[in-house]
Amino acid sequence: MLPIAALVWSSRSEGRQAFWDAVMSPQAVAALKLTVGAAFLVALVNAVLGTVTAWVLIRDDFRGKSVINSIIDLPFALPTIVAGLTLLALYGPQSPIGIDIAFSRLAIVAALMFVTLPFVVRTVQPVLSELDQEMEEAAASLGASELTTFRRVILPNILPGILSGFALGFAKAVGEIGSLVIISGNLPYKTEVSSVFILGQIESGNPAGAAAVAVVLLVISFAILLGVGAVRHFTTRYERA
Amino acid sequence: MRRYALRFVALFYLAAILVAPLGIVFYRTFADGFRPAWEALSTPETIHAFKLTLLITVIAVPLNTVFGVVCALAIVRRRFPGKGLLNAFIDLPLALSPVVVGLSLFLLYGRTGWFGGFFERHDIQFLFALPAMVVATIFVSLPFVAREVVPMLREIGDEQEQAAKTLGASGWQTFWRITLPSIRWAVIYGVILTTARCLGEYGAVAVVSGRIQGETETATLRVEERYDSFDLAGAYAIAIVLALIAIAVLLAMTAIKPREEPA
Repeated sequence: MLPIAALVWSSRSEGRQAFWDAVMSPQAVAALKLTVGAAFLVALVNAVLGTVTAWVLIRDDFRGKSVINSIIDLPFALPTIVAGLTLLALYGPQSPIGIDIAFSRLAIVAALMFVTLPFVVRTVQPVLSELDQEMEEAAASLGASELTTFRRVILPNILPGILSGFALGFAKAVGEIGSLVIISGNLPYKTEVSSVFILGQIESGNPAGAAAVAVVLLVISFAILLGVGAVRHFTTRYERA
Repeated sequence: MRRYALRFVALFYLAAILVAPLGIVFYRTFADGFRPAWEALSTPETIHAFKLTLLITVIAVPLNTVFGVVCALAIVRRRFPGKGLLNAFIDLPLALSPVVVGLSLFLLYGRTGWFGGFFERHDIQFLFALPAMVVATIFVSLPFVAREVVPMLREIGDEQEQAAKTLGASGWQTFWRITLPSIRWAVIYGVILTTARCLGEYGAVAVVSGRIQGETETATLRVEERYDSFDLAGAYAIAIVLALIAIAVLLAMTAIKPREEPA
């Protein structure tokens, strides 16, 4: 806790005006916008594809499924800087398949998708495996189309899982640095995300400016934790009722 | 068939994002045989970087294991003021950017920081040295053991512990003979996750280490340094070693997971 207190204190040490000037400087604003925008997009894509992946892992059956199931956790185990390097090898200037997205915003999205991939899968999977298939059969026998069954029966059950996976993935994406330092190229105003901006400010001897932007990230993290807590609270109450 | 379409989407997504990039790096590293990779790995700086990473991990993991188990016990078994707060804050390192963690430590222990003066007076090099790197690593890998142990403790309940107590066991005995054996797989799982995080930490360590080559450069920092010096082969070789460790971690996790489920 003390380090956090020191951070907040230090960001205000030069007065409120200096704090806002640092946060509102064009480069910091551009970095924050890019960070939040990319993180939101990635969390959204993962919410859809993560749910599909969890579905396939639970309901589908094919050879090698257990291998796929363990591979999902790879982004948790792999150092993020290695993740960045590997993505650059496939989608960089020396790409063997001719796709070169290195040092672009698309590269940031790809790297963030890599590091946040497990979150939605791992929060939806347990709910989906406990879901009673009889409910779906009942809905189908009562004449519901597959889409209606999904929308009215399955989705309400897995939505809390999707939401908390979405939020955790978003938080991770906002704070991500390791996989981005190599692949994003860190061009100010273009591909520089907030965490890289903070690192740059520290290294160029402006810790107060770094602290101001860091406090913004801190507030986002707190808000997400509160949101996840609220979802958890709501769903457990729902279960008890 | 819609089922095959879904399967295709999921597998293609995993292949494009996870498997293919890693495969390419393996291929590139060993395209010219093992020798270049081995030579890149055996430079003194790289060896030092790996040793440093290991040293930090060896210090951080036991501390976090003890802390995680104590925290989990406190959260599940005790009632005390501020419990809700502890429960919420234990997840903070997961939601917080590692750079922000590093910066906080930088500000706290730096020359002008609250504790900076203390260390300077006692002539202890804290920032840009091992202590700060260990503290940063501990901070970012803090929650993993507690997060695994808490649900396990909830699930096993406290009936056995109470039975032990009525039979005259001390708190210590109850912990060693009853509680710990029943949560051991959760602890081991948490330790594996913590180890992986410690070995792979980049952001927080990048801020507090100062990246002095051959002194405070960890394996992950070394990957970036090699890449920035246009030594792609060197960067790949170190990355491969880290990736192999990650794969070993995955295998260990897969081996342990089924046992975690209650019989």
